[in-house]
Amino acid sequence: MPKKSFADAIYEALKQEMERDPSIILIGEDIGRAEGIFGVTRDLWKIFGEERVRDTPISEAAFIGAAGGAAICGLRPVVELMFCDFFGVAMDQIYNQLAKIRYMSGGQCRFPVVLRTTIGGGLGASAHHSQVLYSIFAHVPGIKVVVPSTPYDAKGLLIKAIRDDDFVMFFEHKTFYAFAQLAGEVPDEPYTIPFGKADVKREGKDVTVVATANMVHESLKAAEELEKEGISVEVVDPRTLVPLDTETIVNSVKKTKRLVVADEDYIYFGVTGEIIARVVERGVPLKVPPRRVATPRVPIPCSPALENEILPNKDKIKKAIKDVVSPSKEI
Amino acid sequence: MVMKKIPKEKLLWMYRTMVKIRKFEEKADELFLGGELPGFVHLYIGQEATATGCMAALEPGDYITSNHRGHGHLIAKGGDIKKMFAEIMGKETGYCKGKGGSMHIANFSLGILGAFGIVGGGVGVGVGAALASKLKKEGRISVIFGGDGAFVQGIFHEGMNLAAVWNLPVIFLIEDNGFSEGTVSWPKPGDPRKTRNIKNLGEIGRAYGIPGVTIDGNDPIAVYEAVREATQRARLEGVPSVVHCLTCRQRGHYVGDPELYRNEKDIEECIKRDPIPRFRKALVESGIIKEQELTKIDEEITKEIEEAVKFARESPSPDPKEAYIDVSDGVEV
Repeated sequence: MPKKSFADAIYEALKQEMERDPSIILIGEDIGRAEGIFGVTRDLWKIFGEERVRDTPISEAAFIGAAGGAAICGLRPVVELMFCDFFGVAMDQIYNQLAKIRYMSGGQCRFPVVLRTTIGGGLGASAHHSQVLYSIFAHVPGIKVVVPSTPYDAKGLLIKAIRDDDFVMFFEHKTFYAFAQLAGEVPDEPYTIPFGKADVKREGKDVTVVATANMVHESLKAAEELEKEGISVEVVDPRTLVPLDTETIVNSVKKTKRLVVADEDYIYFGVTGEIIARVVERGVPLKVPPRRVATPRVPIPCSPALENEILPNKDKIKKAIKDVVSPSKEI
Repeated sequence: MVMKKIPKEKLLWMYRTMVKIRKFEEKADELFLGGELPGFVHLYIGQEATATGCMAALEPGDYITSNHRGHGHLIAKGGDIKKMFAEIMGKETGYCKGKGGSMHIANFSLGILGAFGIVGGGVGVGVGAALASKLKKEGRISVIFGGDGAFVQGIFHEGMNLAAVWNLPVIFLIEDNGFSEGTVSWPKPGDPRKTRNIKNLGEIGRAYGIPGVTIDGNDPIAVYEAVREATQRARLEGVPSVVHCLTCRQRGHYVGDPELYRNEKDIEECIKRDPIPRFRKALVESGIIKEQELTKIDEEITKEIEEAVKFARESPSPDPKEAYIDVSDGVEV
């Protein structure tokens, strides 16, 4: 099977779906002749024309809201927002309108809208271009939240998202696009991956690490190193936060009886707490209290010295794993 | 005279629609005060000519986006008042199965793409509906209803600009009732309050390179003529327009509003501009329609309202389990 980058996978999903369904349009800033800020949309404007691949003014509220209106009236818009941080100026459209119109109207319409955006730090891009924020959207009813971590998952989940009749937000870690080591096998033909199906990225027996986006790769690296120390780590990637595959997570923790959650979003009131709550609510017996590795309550700073200090990474995950496998920590 | 150019049937429809809105709202007021309506209710009394004149100029397939003061928009677009009373009472027979209530009452099959409780919240949807119509070459136009309150929201301006640069068939219909909730909107001599510096918002079109007019929103014929002209530009040339309708809200922002921000004189002046007696008088004086015909319409509507309220009262509440339906498919609630 051919190896493709994360950006190749997203591009291929968009292209193949647009070929299949003429009602799919792309809306976003610099997605046409500028070919996308991270080079994802590339030549789609040439292939499908500038009516279907629409550059916009810097008016996020209007074009995200317009995607909603177009969806009610028979189109299937896929919106690209350069950075998730920009959603702030369009929040009303997202959480009050696109997320709720179907429900408020008693189910009179559907919302086949996909909002793609980029997340994550590690580039020194500071407080307005480095956040993750998906837990905010996972909190609100009416939004499906997808977070792929590999090129294979990205293509299958994006095609699923485009074909879904509900409003989906799709979060792409910006360090993934051109990351050569991440290139993976991606089938040429279209395929879908169902929502609500976690993927066990590595099997293990001593501890479960539930990880999202970039933390999947940091956890896998940690697991590899710890294997040499005799610690067997299972890495579970939920792939979609809404719906969340609680079963797979719970079954893994039932086996390992130890849990670490690694996520790049802010630590409090977010994904890490939610996943631990799901496990605890199911009464899964844990040998030691669970641990979470996430970004502290600090805006993302620019200086690499400062950014490295706060972002979760392989070493922090390793430390948390060692803590929970230590017999002295047992309850 | 302009009125003579309009078919009698349409004039009668306008009168009937305005009276139906008025009586619906008077009944809604009574039901709210009697404790039969949950939530907040924002009455359209005094503004009937705007929705009526506008819808008289639209085709059935055209879209509108409505707002928290939306009962009048729905009635004028052809809403069934039985399902409307049921909705505002929170009954399962309501347009939105009781999930929307007064502020979100809408019927998508009539082209009402939602009623938005956030001021300015529907602008994006209205622009997007026009985009879909344009790309699918359907010839439908989209009318975005927003008040003088919505006009000062950022998205209203983003929307006007986006519709202009994308050449979309949109009409930004500003229903200027003089108040942004509890604050006077446009400057009056001796009153320091204002939410904007200019009175005539038709002028704003120039800022976006699109036509705009300011008209008397209490005259259904003036609204009809202005909207009709705008629909032609929208449908044939893909040119959006601003139609600024000066109207007047006779009641508070919501039922129960103590209206501390306005005085008796202001309310009296507003009632003097009441569009319904004025239109009735003009119809009779024009000789097109006899007074008895109009009185008969009044009586028919009174009866229709009573029947609709009876239907709504007798309708069951939704099954509580309905609360979990229509969120996102396949997602735990």
